[in-house]
Formats: sequence, C-alpha cells, structure tokens
Amino acid sequence: MSVVKIEGVSKEFRGGTIALTDVDLEIEAGEFVSLIGPSGCGKSTLLRVLGDLIEPTRGTVTVNGKTARRARRDRDYGIVFQDPVLYDWRTVARNIALPLEMAGWSRQKRADRVKEMLALVELAQFERHHPWQLSGGMQQRVSIARALSFDPALLLMDEPFGALDEMTRERLNMELLRIWERSNCTVVFVTHSIAEAVFLSTRVVVMSPRPGRISDLVAIDLPQPRTAATREEPRFFELVTQVREALHLGADLDSRRPTQARA
Amino acid sequence: MTAIAVERPRDHRGARLLRSTGRGLLFVAVPLVLWGLWEGYRWLWINRGWTWPFAVDQTTMPHVADIFRALFRNPSSVSGGGDKLITLLLRSALFTAKEAVVGFALGASIGFLLGVVLAQWRLLQRGFLPYIVASQTVPILAVAPIVVVYLGTLQVAAWFSVAVIAAYLTFFPVAISTLRGLQSADRQALELMRSYAAGRLTVLWKLRLPTALPYIFAALKVSATASIVGAIIGELPSGIQDGLGGKILVFNQYYGLDPTQLWATNLIAALLGICFFLVVVLAERLVVRRAPENLA
Repeated sequence: MSVVKIEGVSKEFRGGTIALTDVDLEIEAGEFVSLIGPSGCGKSTLLRVLGDLIEPTRGTVTVNGKTARRARRDRDYGIVFQDPVLYDWRTVARNIALPLEMAGWSRQKRADRVKEMLALVELAQFERHHPWQLSGGMQQRVSIARALSFDPALLLMDEPFGALDEMTRERLNMELLRIWERSNCTVVFVTHSIAEAVFLSTRVVVMSPRPGRISDLVAIDLPQPRTAATREEPRFFELVTQVREALHLGADLDSRRPTQARA
Repeated sequence: MTAIAVERPRDHRGARLLRSTGRGLLFVAVPLVLWGLWEGYRWLWINRGWTWPFAVDQTTMPHVADIFRALFRNPSSVSGGGDKLITLLLRSALFTAKEAVVGFALGASIGFLLGVVLAQWRLLQRGFLPYIVASQTVPILAVAPIVVVYLGTLQVAAWFSVAVIAAYLTFFPVAISTLRGLQSADRQALELMRSYAAGRLTVLWKLRLPTALPYIFAALKVSATASIVGAIIGELPSGIQDGLGGKILVFNQYYGLDPTQLWATNLIAALLGICFFLVVVLAERLVVRRAPENLA
C-alpha cells in the first residue's frame, strides 16, 4: 500500500525561483526513502511540501489517502530538522512530551511514553537534563525521540545528521535503523551524503537542480538488518557508485553548469 | 551502545569559593575606587585651582565622609520631628517605593498586554507603534502636572497619580521588548508547532512566550529603575512632600547652605533603584530556565 503519493508537484517561490518541477513519487508503507542531490535541487522543499509546511504551486500530495493538510492536522508527521530545535526551557523529558501535550494525552500516559522513548534512544539517565547540557548528537537523539513519541505514520528528516561529525553520524545512522525496524514507520530522509543515503535506505531518490526534479530512482537491495559490515560489502560500493553516477548524470544535464564536479 | 555524556564540567568547590571571594572583593573595591577618584579630583582641583572640565569647591563636591555623616545628623532645613536624616529619607524612600511598585506593576502589565496584542496583528502594529514611540518623546515633566490635575478631579489619591506617571515610563520598554521577543521564535520551531497542528494560542503559550521571556526580563530591568525615576519626577509637580521627590526639592533649595543633604538623598534614591533591579534579577533567576549564555 502506498503511504505517500506525490503527483505533478511544482513549487515556484515568490520572486520566480523554481524549486520543483513536475515531481511524481510514490512511497510504500515501511520504506526508508532518501532524497539526495546537490544544494538547490529542491530536496528540502519537497520534504516541506510533503509535510504541508509549505504549499505546492501545482500538483497534489496524498498521505494515507488524505490530503497533506488533513494528514498534518491528524498529526501523521514526525519531523526532525537539521537543528534539534529543542526548547531550552524544557527538560529532555518535557521536550519529548511536547507533541503528546498538544495531542491531549494524560499526564500518566505521557510519562510512560517518555520513559519508553528515552530507553529507545538510550538517554534514560538524562531525562532531567536541559538541552544545553547535552552534546549535539544527544540533542539530535532527543529530537528523534520527540518526533517518534506519538507514533506518526511518516517520519520526515531534513539532513538530521548534517551538522554532526562523521563518527557521531555513523553511530546515529545505526541507531536510526534500529529505531526504524522497531517502529515500522515510513521514513523520508533528506541528505547530501551518498554513503549515508545508500546505507540507510531501501530506495534512493536522486534529484538534480535548476529546476529541481527527480532524475533517477535507485533501489537499494542490501540485506536487512544492516550492520557496520554492510559498509564494507562490494555491493555497498557498487550502489554508492551507481548513485554517484546518477547524481553526475543529473548535473551534466544541467546545461548552465560545466561538468567539472567530479568530487 | 553507551551514551557519551558531554556534560558541563562541574565547578570545583575550591574554584567556586575563589570566584565568589573575587566577586565580593570587587563589590567592595569599586566603591573604594570611586571614593578615591571623588576625593582625588576634589583635592587636586581645589588646590591647583583647575577649572577644566569644571571647577569645584566645598559646595559642589562635599567630602564623601560628610555626606555619610549628614545621614546621621538631624536635618537642618526640614522639620523631621527630631528624626535623623536617614530615618527621614528611608521613610520617604518607602513612600516613593510604594508609588514606584504600583506604577511598575501597572506599566509592566499594560506594556506586556500591548506587546502581546500588537504581536498578533501586524496591521495593528503598523498603526499603533508610531504613537507608542511618540508617547515617549513627550517630556514627562510636561505630562506629569496634567495627569495629577486630571486624576485629582476624579478624587484619586495624589500618590496614585504619581504611580500612573511611573507607569507611563515603565510600559514602553516592556511593550517593545515583548513584541520583539514574541516575534523572535525560530523558524524551525514554528514549523515544528505547525506540524503538531498547534493553534495560535498554543503556539503563543508554548513557544512564543517562553522565547520572549529573556527579552521581557531585560526590559523589566530597565523599567524597574525607570519606575523610580518616574515616581520621583511625578512627585515634583504634584506637591507631594512625603516622597524622595519632595525631599529633593527642599534640599535643592538649601543646597548652598548644606550640600550634603541633597547628595545623601541621591544616595538613598540610588539604593532604592538598585533594590528594585535586584528584585527583578531574582525573579528572572527563578522563572527563566535557559542556557547560561543566553540569559539577557
């Protein structure tokens, strides 16, 4: 069953910048889909349109058979941004409880769920800490716990580990996969790291800029569950190469840009 | 996997002791240095007959010790009922404090509500803000008698008119900072609220207000001292004798005879201001939970 159906979506910002043209994408329940592409390809815009944070200029987004707006009102989305966006004046536990308060959960139910989520992201002993007392990686884990606390159907992540160092990033990648396996939610993950996209995803959506569009879809057939050893398998490298070539092909089609970006 | 805790290193007890001792020393050292500068300037300028930037004599710059001594003498120009000057001044300070507290509470509440309302409607903000700014360019000394006369016809106690004048000075910083604070919520934090399908009131209560608190407290600190200035100035044209303003008027007339009394009054007024300020700082400590470096 498809959870997300994006049909003919375009987004033009005021001032005439075309962020997305004619994007079609279907996402199945339980998938882990990464959106990858150079900056300006509209991957974050697509995520925001999907979450009804901005409206598309044309086209429709359907989530669980509902409009994106309806889905947002029904609290079907958990969102994790690049910044953890934690509230300084709340403790870790109360940050995680925030969406539950909004949804009108009872105090007892909130406390139980917060405890569960703290265990899930392995921060149980930090419930009384304030965000500024945690490292960047820990803050981002709190942010993930908050996004998952109310069992959203769809987890939207906008470069959540982009500001973290490589070590922390790989560790959180593993942890995210573990959480994803346990929660059976569908994840849409924006990144500009090829290795991260291949390692995490069941499918990688390659996007290219000016105007932002989908240029390729790469199915990632690496076996589940993925482990640290996955990153060393030949198939992993093949897929990384495949995504990289798809990215450059997309860039080459971009007529206003010379083909020197072979980094 | 083990969680890697990166906690702020706990202060060592010794280091903390050292720091608080340092702060205590500084607290004592600053007045001593100021005292030294005052007496030094006085001595040099009087002895050498220097006139730049301004000439001083016994009247313009009395000895600091004399100012303190005056506090414990009977005042020469006001009938204090046999009380020492300090008793008289503290009683006046209490009276002025009452006006200032009521004015501060009134002004801060009005300023806060105004800020909240203006933050909700941009159109209202465009229309009203210039007049709010204009209200503060009107000299308070010109408004004060009008307020006193007008409220006097309503049979309002004179001290309350003075409180209203203090409120007039108080509300402005609070209104502007509340407005600014409410609009300073992070874009992603707002998007997060949107994703929770939060209504306007919920966003105000759960996000915008807590974000605005440090701004509001910064304004309250300014207002706390401004309310005392407002109360003192309000007393001048209203003929109130019981407050610090009344004392300033009297001692100003006798300045040529005994300058120490006016200086002593200023000292007490300054102490009152510092007390008000500290109360707000204390309230901030209790209310605002924020990363230490983000405290205004």
